[in-house]
Amino acid sequence: MSDSSMWVSISGIIRRDLLLAMRRWSDAAMSVFFLVIVVSLFPLGVGPEPAVLRTIAPGVLWVAALLTCLLSLARVFTPDYLDGVLEQMVLVPQPLSLLVLGKVLAHWVISGLPVVLLSPLLGLQFGLEGEALGVLVLSLLLGTPTLSMIGAIGAALVLGVRGSGLLVALLVLPLYVPVLIFGAGAVTSSMAGIGGEANLSLLGACLVLSLFLAPWATAAALRIALE
Amino acid sequence: MQWGSASEFFAMGGYGLYVWTSFIATALCMVWEVMALWRRRVAARAEQRAALLGGTDETAA
Amino acid sequence: MIWSKYSAPQAFYPLAGRLIPWFATVAVILMVVGLYMGFFVAPTDFQQGESYRIIFVHVPAAWMSMFLYVVMAVWAGVGMGLNARLSFMMAQAIAPTGAMFTFLALLTGAMWGKPTWGAWWVWDARLTSELILLFQYAGVMLLRTSIDDLRRADRSSAVFALVGVVNVPIIYYSVQWWNTLHQGASVSMATGSKMAATMLMAMLIMTIAFWMYSIAVILARVRCVMVERESLSTWDEKAAAMPQAVEAR
Repeated sequence: MSDSSMWVSISGIIRRDLLLAMRRWSDAAMSVFFLVIVVSLFPLGVGPEPAVLRTIAPGVLWVAALLTCLLSLARVFTPDYLDGVLEQMVLVPQPLSLLVLGKVLAHWVISGLPVVLLSPLLGLQFGLEGEALGVLVLSLLLGTPTLSMIGAIGAALVLGVRGSGLLVALLVLPLYVPVLIFGAGAVTSSMAGIGGEANLSLLGACLVLSLFLAPWATAAALRIALE
Repeated sequence: MQWGSASEFFAMGGYGLYVWTSFIATALCMVWEVMALWRRRVAARAEQRAALLGGTDETAA
Repeated sequence: MIWSKYSAPQAFYPLAGRLIPWFATVAVILMVVGLYMGFFVAPTDFQQGESYRIIFVHVPAAWMSMFLYVVMAVWAGVGMGLNARLSFMMAQAIAPTGAMFTFLALLTGAMWGKPTWGAWWVWDARLTSELILLFQYAGVMLLRTSIDDLRRADRSSAVFALVGVVNVPIIYYSVQWWNTLHQGASVSMATGSKMAATMLMAMLIMTIAFWMYSIAVILARVRCVMVERESLSTWDEKAAAMPQAVEAR
């Protein structure tokens, strides 16, 4: 298959999923509000001490981003599974992993990108400023696609399984640990004056690794689920 | 041999609680696993026997 | 070829039954020898006193937990590649024992950490990766039990087990990296620069004992799995596995 037709099939999937998401914009709005609420709970629970808030900010924002991604995972494959579109996708001549890649990218645009865009605002709430704020945005920009990639594997594995909401959390959260460590670590080390470059490049490595492996594993999981 | 008496052995130089908790927990887990497997085997074979003898066995047993 | 002969569950079942007593016997003998060496031959550690003796169960449990996960993933991979029922059954049989050893490694680690570091738990690379490993074992087992269709349950948990194999080393190195960044909790698990030869020997014997125990238990469990799965389908008249049933009639 030529590169151009690969791109056509991916972009077709992305456009379709985005269009569907725009029709159901309330879903995307819900995950954004979820993120804001979760992040706002922490100062109320921990107390308004600025130094403490600044210390916990990278971890809190990253964990909240992780949970937001987790909550939206059910939307990646379930609607297409229920109306039978997914079965057609398995049968078309294009490689399934490519179509999966398209769907995951669309998921990232809907649930990951808003987190990235909103993060400077949330960072300000916690007293982050200057370089640290920039590193936070950059780390989320590099990390959230990885979260979507890994999450898709879990979403495909639990497709149509009873109790799938909790099960997908149990499967996916352990796999999110490295991204959490590098992402929050990048912000922490830039706040400590060491610079977040090392952590950011490791996040980039995670992204590349997941770009290669995750669509393939997700496609395998989808085939198993649809057999 | 470095133990003067049985009580010295059980005290483990003051670390008895930690050492014996570790060893006893490990032993208990292993014993429990073997017993659970035994019960599982008995149950599986009982089910298989019922299937082999075909339904009628249930009233006899 | 002997492998193809025993790769059929019907042939593997009696073979496993014959092997179990041997592995169990070796395991018991080695455990007795290892415990004797660990408690009566190995000297007191000059830094940690007697508390170091916990490593005679801690280290073997930790090694087995990691090793069994890899073995489980290999069986899962073979099952996916060759579409072999026996491989999936082996993967299913390994998971609970692996999870048990992971739990024991965490528990005995806490027991060793309290007197040595003064804390039950520290977020060092080994403890964290053991914890995540426990979650992954739980994920593999719960995914299997949540799916009713046996074929899908086998394959889905195999995919997750394989994905997890990539994850654990990444976590290990990322936490190590993270700890060097945070400086504070830079604890080394290294048990002194040089261990007495008898200590090392006792630890090695206990590890082999745990290994043999695992094989015996896993073979016993895989036999249970076979009976549970196949009693109603392919083995209808294969009474060889169950002579008593016929006699009882």
